[in-house]
Order: sequence, then C-alpha cells, then structure tokens
Amino acid sequence: MFSPQVEIMLIASVVAVACAIVGVFLVLRSMAMMSDAISHSVLLGIVLAFFLTRDLASPALIIGAAVMGLITVFLVEMLHQTRLVYEDAAIGIVFPLLFSIAVILISRHAANIHLDTDAVLLGELAFAPFDRFIYQGVDLGPKALYIMGAILMVNIFFITIFFKELKIVTFDPQLAAVLGISPVVVHYALMSLVSITAVGAFDAVGSILVVALMIAPPATAYLLTDRLHIMIGLSALLGVASALGGYAMAHYLDASIAGSMATVAGLIFAIAFLFAPGRGLLSVAKRRVEQRWNFALVTLAIHLWHREKLSPVVGNAYAIQELRQHLRWSSTYFTSVMERALKQGLIAKRDQYVQLTEEGRNLAREGQGF
Amino acid sequence: MPTNALDVSDLTVAYKEKPVLWDIDLTVPPAVLLAVIGPNGAGKTTLIKSILGLIPTVAGSVRIYGRPYKEQRKQVAYVPQRGTVDWDFPTSVLDVVTMGLYGTLGWLKRPGKKEKKLAMEALEMVAMQDYAHRQISQLSGGQQQRVFLARALVQQAEIYFMDEPFQGVDAMTEKAILRLLKDLRSAGKTVIVVHHDLQTVPEYFDWVTLLNTRLVANGPMEEVFTEANLEKAYGGRFMQLKATARALP
Repeated sequence: MFSPQVEIMLIASVVAVACAIVGVFLVLRSMAMMSDAISHSVLLGIVLAFFLTRDLASPALIIGAAVMGLITVFLVEMLHQTRLVYEDAAIGIVFPLLFSIAVILISRHAANIHLDTDAVLLGELAFAPFDRFIYQGVDLGPKALYIMGAILMVNIFFITIFFKELKIVTFDPQLAAVLGISPVVVHYALMSLVSITAVGAFDAVGSILVVALMIAPPATAYLLTDRLHIMIGLSALLGVASALGGYAMAHYLDASIAGSMATVAGLIFAIAFLFAPGRGLLSVAKRRVEQRWNFALVTLAIHLWHREKLSPVVGNAYAIQELRQHLRWSSTYFTSVMERALKQGLIAKRDQYVQLTEEGRNLAREGQGF
Repeated sequence: MPTNALDVSDLTVAYKEKPVLWDIDLTVPPAVLLAVIGPNGAGKTTLIKSILGLIPTVAGSVRIYGRPYKEQRKQVAYVPQRGTVDWDFPTSVLDVVTMGLYGTLGWLKRPGKKEKKLAMEALEMVAMQDYAHRQISQLSGGQQQRVFLARALVQQAEIYFMDEPFQGVDAMTEKAILRLLKDLRSAGKTVIVVHHDLQTVPEYFDWVTLLNTRLVANGPMEEVFTEANLEKAYGGRFMQLKATARALP
C-alpha cells in the first residue's frame, strides 16, 4: 500500500490522536498516573486471555486487557477509599503487582512465544508494518493500523456523543449526580476507553509511550487554551506533531522511534511551559515585572496627589529633587519610574519641577479605591 | 392540606459506622427561606447531601413535594460549596451555567440556542452577563458564587439547596444574593441554605433548622431561634459567644 515509513508514521499518528483525546480527561481529573497503571496492568489481562484462548491474534486479548484495566482502577479506588493509603501510593501498589504477576506468568509458561516483556515496555513500531492484514490474498496494510483506527473511531464517537456528560462529570461530579448523570457510569466508561486504547497502543508503541502520548499533549494543550473542545482538538494535533517529529528525530539519530516520540512530546510541553501566552513561565514573569512598575507609578501618583491636597503650591508643581528624598527610592529606580510616568502622560515636567496631569490624578484615585 | 416541600423522616447517616446524623425528622412547608445552622461537625452539609442522594443513608426516607427524590430531580437545584470544583477547568462562565440544564436535556442531547438563552437570562439575574465568555479562573470569589447561583436558577426548580452561599463573598455580593433568595421565596420557591453566621440569621431567614448531629429544633424563626434552643445546639460554645458579644462595646 504505502512505504513502510509512511505506514509507521500513519500508525504513530493514529495512536497519538487516540491517546491524546482520552488523555485530556485524565489530565483534567488529576488522574494522569492512572494511565501509567492501566498501560502496565493490561499485560496481565492479555496473558490471562492468551492462556484461555492460546491464540495471540484473538480479540479476547483486547477484552481481557480492558477488563484488567477496569480491575486496576477499581482496586486503586478501593484501596484509596479505606483512607489507609493515598491514591498515588495505591496506584504504586496495584499496578506493579499486576504487572509483575504477568511477567512471572510469561517467563514460566510462555517464554517461547511472542510475549516479549521488552516489547511490552518500549513497543516496536519499526516492526508494525510486518504484521499485515491480508484478506483473500490481498494485502490491505498493517494490522496495527486497522486495530488502532478502530479504537480511534470508538474514542471519537464516545467523546462526541458524551461530550456534555464527560464535561459535567469532570468539572462537578456532585452536580452531575444530583442532575441524574451518574459519575460512576461515566467514570468507568472512560476508564474502559483508556484501557482499550492502552492495549491497542502498547502493542504498537509500548506502555511508556502510551503514557507520554496520553499525558504530554493534553498537559501542553491545557496551557494553551481555556476551552475544553479546543483543548481536545489541540491535544490531537500536538499528539500528531510529537509522533511525526519523533519519527523524524529517530530517523535522523538512528534511535528508538518510541523513545524519540516521547522525547519530542516532552520538548513540545517544555516549549509551551516556557512560552505559552498567558500561562507560560515567561509571560507570568513579564506580568510580574509590569505589575511592579505599575505599583511604582501608582505610588508616585498617590504621593503627588496627596501633596496637592495637603500642601498646595502655585501650579501644583513640585521639585523633583525633593520628591526623590520623600520617596526614598534609589536614584536609578526613581529616574526610570519618572521616565515611565512621563511617557504615560501621568506627570508633566518643566525644568526641575513636575506636576500631576489629570490622568495621573485618575490613577491615584483608582489606586486608592475611589 | 398543601404538600410539604420537604419531608425527612428517621434519617440516619454514618461514615464508616460512625453516625453523623441521628434519626432526623424534618418537615418544611413550601415558600420558606430556611437556614440550617449548627456548630462545626453538626452534619449540616451531610444533611443536604444525604437528602440529595449524594451520600448513602443508613436509615430513613426523604420526600420532596410528596415524592421520592429520584422522581423529583427536575424540581431540585443544588448549589454546592464553591471550593468543591476546580476553577481552573477550561470552560467559560456561560458554559458552567448551561450545565444546570444538562439534567433536563437528558443523555445524548446537546445544549443549543434555547439553553444558551436561558443561561444568559440566569446570568443577567445575578448581574454577571458581561462575564459570560470569560474563563472561569478569572473570577473573584463573589463572582464564582454568583455563577453557581445562576447555574441553579437556570434549572427553574421548586426547591433550592445551597451550601454556604455567603461563604467568603464581598458585602455587595452578599446583599445581591440575599435579594435573590428573597425573590425566590416570593415566587413561591423553597430555599434551604446551610448558614454559618448566627448574627444574620433572623434578618435573612424566616425558618430555622437547628442541628447538632440530632435535630435540635425546626420551625419558624420566632419560635425556634431562641436562646434556649441555641444553647442546646451549640452548648458551651454558645455561652462563650454570648459572653464575647456582651464584652464587645
């Protein structure tokens, strides 16, 4: 169909979008680490289902994995609800246990079949095009593309249909319950999607990259927008950008594809973290500096305004030298505040005297809460 | 005889076998403005939550306008404490208010023009229409409370449950909220408010429920809001309050 390179990029993009759009709700519900737990413990579901069916291609594997994902969520919540352990500790207890049971089972009973623990953690995207979907002798493309394409469709369908329910349950589960929209039902439906997505995705890209693709793009989008539907769209785009950028990086460095994609996802987050308009570190710092200058201007205006009222002189003009002594500011700081005030038209200057303009008086009034 | 707005009988609620509310019997007539008061840990929030089915009850039953809560969802609006949600959530003021209508919309249906219009009207009632398209994290505490109130108003319910709507709001918002609550009562709605400030109780409300894990008293303001009852609910703490109040100029 396509060249293997294109197929790999296609699979990676589909995986990225499928992960990102469910990841949005994990991030907003402060459940990011649940993706880590689920993406590991699904292995036990796969192994158990394999023991039952003895067929690695059986769809029962996906069902087994999804069920194990839900069991993970359930166990974590049960443990947490006893209030004897914190939620993150509960996650840290449950999923390594389930995962290691799977690892032991594989090494004891399935060492000679293709259930390789390395591939589970890191996936092997490069080999994905070898596993073809062949129907009546016709090669229809890589199997992974079909599986992930189907999962992506399910995710899109679910999120579109239940957008309103997902939103209210995420924002205010109590109100949702009062209005008759069961938070528990929505919660477990979402967790089923996360599980199914994790299974499909980790076959292709491994469980570490599943976490990276579920969390990093939504966390980045969260910094860039304040509307939920835009956050979902943006997460999908950023996921694809991570996938394609990562592939290019892997190609250039001749390194692991999955590793490169996770790295690029992290880099994109770092860029947004620093430069996002409004919420990024840089604009927060800029805002703080502006606030400091504004505060200095208000202080200056209020001081001049008080003097006008308390000790009026002809023309309301005051000697700059005297002003500096009153405010006790360093001369460089004083000079820059005065320059700013002049530039913004808050004061007028003639020779060595200044007076407040009407604008400056307004600022003083506002500053004092009049 | 007209139906009561709220009938609670033999309600007992426990957290892990530790009872929080003991055998509460409570009747509330329609069209009153009711304050639920009591010391910290008296179970005020728990009472509201268990009436609304948010907390499982150990025993007892709740009827709203004569029928179980599940059949009356559309008659009930709830204003939780402001701190229970994440105000950094990526959504607009108008959107939050529209959420009040998700119940009547039912599953699958999406809010459309009609819902937006209703939400806008509710925002006007709390004088927040200019903020409709703001991100909710940009609001002050008082504005957040108004938005929550608008979200309840948009439901056009018969009975309103509000958990500390005056908590941490500025004086102007407090007045505006109070006016709104009184308007609701005048329109024949029943408003049940968990309240903290004993001083304002007689001025704001006309019906009082005094709670301290048990029901201490429930009835019209002048009958129930008495020193004897307050002492029963607050115990020694009330005596201290009174002493402090006397010591003040």
